[in-house]
Amino acid sequence: MDVTNLESVRDDDFIHAVMEESGQDLTHCYQCGNCTAGCPCGFAYDIQVSQIMRNLQAGRKDKVLNSRSIWLCLSCSSCTTRCPNNIDVARVMDVLRHIARREGRVAERGVTTFWDAFLASVRKHGRVYELGVVANYVARTGRVWTDIDLLPRIAPKGKLSPMPHGIQGRDEIARIFQRYEEERTR
Amino acid sequence: MNLAYYPGCSGLGTSREYERSTRAACTALGVKLTDIPDWSCCGSTPAHALEHALSGALSARNLVGAAKVGCDTVATPCPSCLSNLKTARHRMADDGFRAKVGRLLDQPAEKLADLPDVQSVLETLVTRVGLDAIRAKVRQPLAGLRVAPYYGCIMTRPADVMRFDDPENPTSMDDLLTALGAEVVPFPYKVECCGASYGVTRRDIVARLSGRLLGAARDAGAHAVVVACPLCQMNLDLRQTQVEWPGGRAVDMPVFYFTQLLGRALGVPDAELGLEQLCVDPAIAFRRAAQAVAARQAEEAALAAKAAAKAAQAKQAASANEGGRA
Amino acid sequence: MRIGVFVCHCGSNIGGTVDVPGVAQVARAYPDVVFSSDTMYACSEPGQAAIVDAIREHALDGVVVASCTPRMHEPTFRRTVERAGLNRYMFEMANIREHVSWIGKDREANSNKAAELVRMAVEKLRLNAPLYPKSFDVTKRVLVIGGGVAGIQAALDCADGGIEVVLVERESTIGGKMAKLDKTFPTVDCSSCILGPKMVDVSQHPNIRLYAHAEVEKIGGYVGNFKVDVRRKATYVDWELCTGCGLCMEKCPSKKSPDAFNEHVGVTTSINIPFPQAIPKKAIIDPTSCRQFVKGKCGVCAKVCPTGAIRYDMEDQVVTEEVGAIITATGYDLFDYTRYAEYGGGRYPDVITSLQYERLLSASGPTGGHVKRPSDGKEPKTVVFIQCVGSRDRSVDRPYCSGFCCMYTAKQAVLTKDHIPDSRSYVFYMDIRANGKMYEEFTRRAMEEYGVQYVRGRVSMIVPQGDKYLVRGVDTLLGEQVEVPADLVVLAVGAESSHGAPQLAEKLRISYDNYGFFMESHCKLRPVETNTAGVYLAGACQGPKDIPSSVGQGSAAAAKVLGLFSRGRLESDPQISQVDVRRCVGCGKCITTCPYGAIEWMELRGEMKARVIETVCQGCGICTVTCPQGAIQLQHFTDNQILAEVNALCLS
Repeated sequence: MDVTNLESVRDDDFIHAVMEESGQDLTHCYQCGNCTAGCPCGFAYDIQVSQIMRNLQAGRKDKVLNSRSIWLCLSCSSCTTRCPNNIDVARVMDVLRHIARREGRVAERGVTTFWDAFLASVRKHGRVYELGVVANYVARTGRVWTDIDLLPRIAPKGKLSPMPHGIQGRDEIARIFQRYEEERTR
Repeated sequence: MNLAYYPGCSGLGTSREYERSTRAACTALGVKLTDIPDWSCCGSTPAHALEHALSGALSARNLVGAAKVGCDTVATPCPSCLSNLKTARHRMADDGFRAKVGRLLDQPAEKLADLPDVQSVLETLVTRVGLDAIRAKVRQPLAGLRVAPYYGCIMTRPADVMRFDDPENPTSMDDLLTALGAEVVPFPYKVECCGASYGVTRRDIVARLSGRLLGAARDAGAHAVVVACPLCQMNLDLRQTQVEWPGGRAVDMPVFYFTQLLGRALGVPDAELGLEQLCVDPAIAFRRAAQAVAARQAEEAALAAKAAAKAAQAKQAASANEGGRA
Repeated sequence: MRIGVFVCHCGSNIGGTVDVPGVAQVARAYPDVVFSSDTMYACSEPGQAAIVDAIREHALDGVVVASCTPRMHEPTFRRTVERAGLNRYMFEMANIREHVSWIGKDREANSNKAAELVRMAVEKLRLNAPLYPKSFDVTKRVLVIGGGVAGIQAALDCADGGIEVVLVERESTIGGKMAKLDKTFPTVDCSSCILGPKMVDVSQHPNIRLYAHAEVEKIGGYVGNFKVDVRRKATYVDWELCTGCGLCMEKCPSKKSPDAFNEHVGVTTSINIPFPQAIPKKAIIDPTSCRQFVKGKCGVCAKVCPTGAIRYDMEDQVVTEEVGAIITATGYDLFDYTRYAEYGGGRYPDVITSLQYERLLSASGPTGGHVKRPSDGKEPKTVVFIQCVGSRDRSVDRPYCSGFCCMYTAKQAVLTKDHIPDSRSYVFYMDIRANGKMYEEFTRRAMEEYGVQYVRGRVSMIVPQGDKYLVRGVDTLLGEQVEVPADLVVLAVGAESSHGAPQLAEKLRISYDNYGFFMESHCKLRPVETNTAGVYLAGACQGPKDIPSSVGQGSAAAAKVLGLFSRGRLESDPQISQVDVRRCVGCGKCITTCPYGAIEWMELRGEMKARVIETVCQGCGICTVTCPQGAIQLQHFTDNQILAEVNALCLS
């Protein structure tokens, strides 16, 4: 393992961006580890959430934004609820995803593909069309066997809509997305 | 006070039975719900994970719609919608955020300063209707039914935004189910995440987390799990065949929406509650409950018989004693 | 008038951002100033000598020193001018350090502000007049509030020093928290064995009067002459007659009274002596559970008491004590751990507090010193200790470190191994704070000799699992989530201020911090004094403290009281209010507003006028702003003096 030069890995602009966008003071973290202790998804993380926080304090942008953990965070707010320093850790994780997406860094492509399929459906219909989202996801990832085992369980229940429930204000929703993209590229 | 209703997209699909039972139960309790006209998706996790203003705009459109029809409160059955709508409203207090959201919407930002309050249908029922009123309307108590109440991770958290019940140990659904005559088992994972929407992309995560919840309900002797969230319900019910059961011992664990049990206790016909749309057969739970009631009755009868026999014996002994003395 | 001005550099503290020689030069032009100079350290010996020399050489009759806060050095310079033959009140101080150099970086602005502060001081000094203190007698008795180890030490030291002590204790026995402990760190000696003799000394010392089960209700007066009302709460047992034989406890049919002494591990009888070494060893009835009180019939204790001491009709009694000084040693309370819902919030019987665990370890405790789980009485084989429960946690408004939990946890882990050799203990900690003599060595022993498993990280959640508890935490040094199936979980609950502490502080007229701990006069140099003369602090009422520190403070507070009483008479502060009877119209407003009751009516040629009781007035000045006639004036802070300062600032 390489020796980490704390001066050269430190990106102060990144630290400030995370603090600014999340509204959370990273210096308040004293590394008790409670966020990691209660994280239901820690078993799947490559970097535990308390170590994400530590890496943020050290300004290690690449390490944090290239992690898989930020995409696997379930947004369940256990970390936020139990932080003894009142840090909204879940919001910090959210903001890390925002920054990573802006920079085109995604270590868990499947997750963002699903989210993108979801939002594409919202943009198109105004409401989510569940079958359409899964179909889109399968088409983009080529994972054709996704949840095929569940089909016989759910099909007879008559719950899945064969058609999207488009709303009248579809254009309004599309405009929200359009303006969002314009703001982003500005 | 006018109550707007925001069903959420899954109510049109995978959580139809939640939607049906919510409306049926509210009707039975005299709660009038005004649908937000032409409501749209809140954006759920995919939106807030991409950008907060986008999420805020998708949510705010619906809150503005509720205000337009004269409602000061919005009720929604889905905790994910609840979380997004409430968070959007909460953050709107920040001028910068409000302006940013305003730029994404057709409406001007000023409209966003005073949006209707948002609450879960659960909160509506326990605070507006009240447990006493509900208890008074119970026609068919859920006698013998042992249930594990599972609230999901975000209905009460983060506490400063959600402002409902205890963030670690909520009890409102426990109290409601108790009022309906059910027996609530101690369930330590009331707010532990089930794996959320990762079922499609990372089945391993849901398999493990939902498996832990189902295992705990099994070990606590629950006949069923009761939920308030479409995603939780899907993970625990539809995906029950995919989960990793702790100790490897799988059981059939019915997973109800709390509104289904509420409706049933209020005497709403099963057909209106969508019980047939659950994957794990709900009859299993009712059968177990009936068995529990029968077993308890048998036990009580045995105890009564034993006591009677003992009393008779004592009486006999006493009369024998007296006879001896005489 | 001939005034001298001395402007201090305070090394670079002031000189760094203020043009000190420039200020001294400007001051020479102020009215009545005949001499000014700058000085490197005015408070140093040569600095003071220069002031004395200047007074003599230039025949000064008033001195201004521009330096630091008067809270530190005003007494110093008053003595300096006195040495040179001036009255000590012919001196003024301008604070150009805390109010200027430490808060601003702009040299020019700082220098201007410093010059203006000097000018204000000069203008006030021009109106100063010599004041002379009066002396008064001292009541050489001391009130000690709180009978924990700090209060006991203070009481014994004062009593041994030959003064009478009134010791007031809220509970029915003295001993405080220490009496509940099984052993003490770092020596692991028996707590009651070392505290017991001191408690006995208290009960037998001829100079100590003990009021147990009593509370301070009202405090009046001032240093040297306080008047204190003590409420002796009803015990329903005549303690003059009670011999502490314990027959009543044996026969009491109501056996489910809350057992506060044992921290509610189990229950006790409604008539009760909390523990065998209690001082006073007297019984007391809990009226909330006693059948005689709740149901109106029982009377068993009255029937069995060999001395006929039971008094169901006893009422509270208020006694008044006169003392010259007060030591408050009211200790601390424990954080309410039920606020941590993730640790069960009180729902899990085998998740207990550290003090409850002490009672389980103690031979005089409810289990006779055998460690048994509250739920099923089984001996635990795996014990998990969680530190910082209610300490270093902003989310529950307890950001401070309680200081002693690391050490008592190490001790309890060691004792666990002693009691149950085949057990294993885990300690979840964030940092080990062992900064006392032999403390670090002790925690190392816990790990090295007793095999206590220290895990660096917090615990997120406790989950009941079968008859065990799954403790889910993190080992941040491993960087992994970890879990331990435990038989018993002990929460190292932090310290918080004693309930009722702020209310007592207000009676004592002393300050307290955001958390209810009493404020010392100076955090380093006056640790047991308060800003109210004659009121002293000892122990954890000032902040969380372990036994050695509490005992040390008890002795320190006693030394302060003995020092105070060693002077035959005390001097009163002449900075008090005075009534100009010619202007007083007898409206009585000052009498009603005075917070100290220091103003009374007097008759003067058939008219009612106000009169200040000099020894009671504290010089707060409230009366002077209340008086519609300007007839009552605070000496050294008259309206004219204050207006002169305002004018100096605004009109110049």
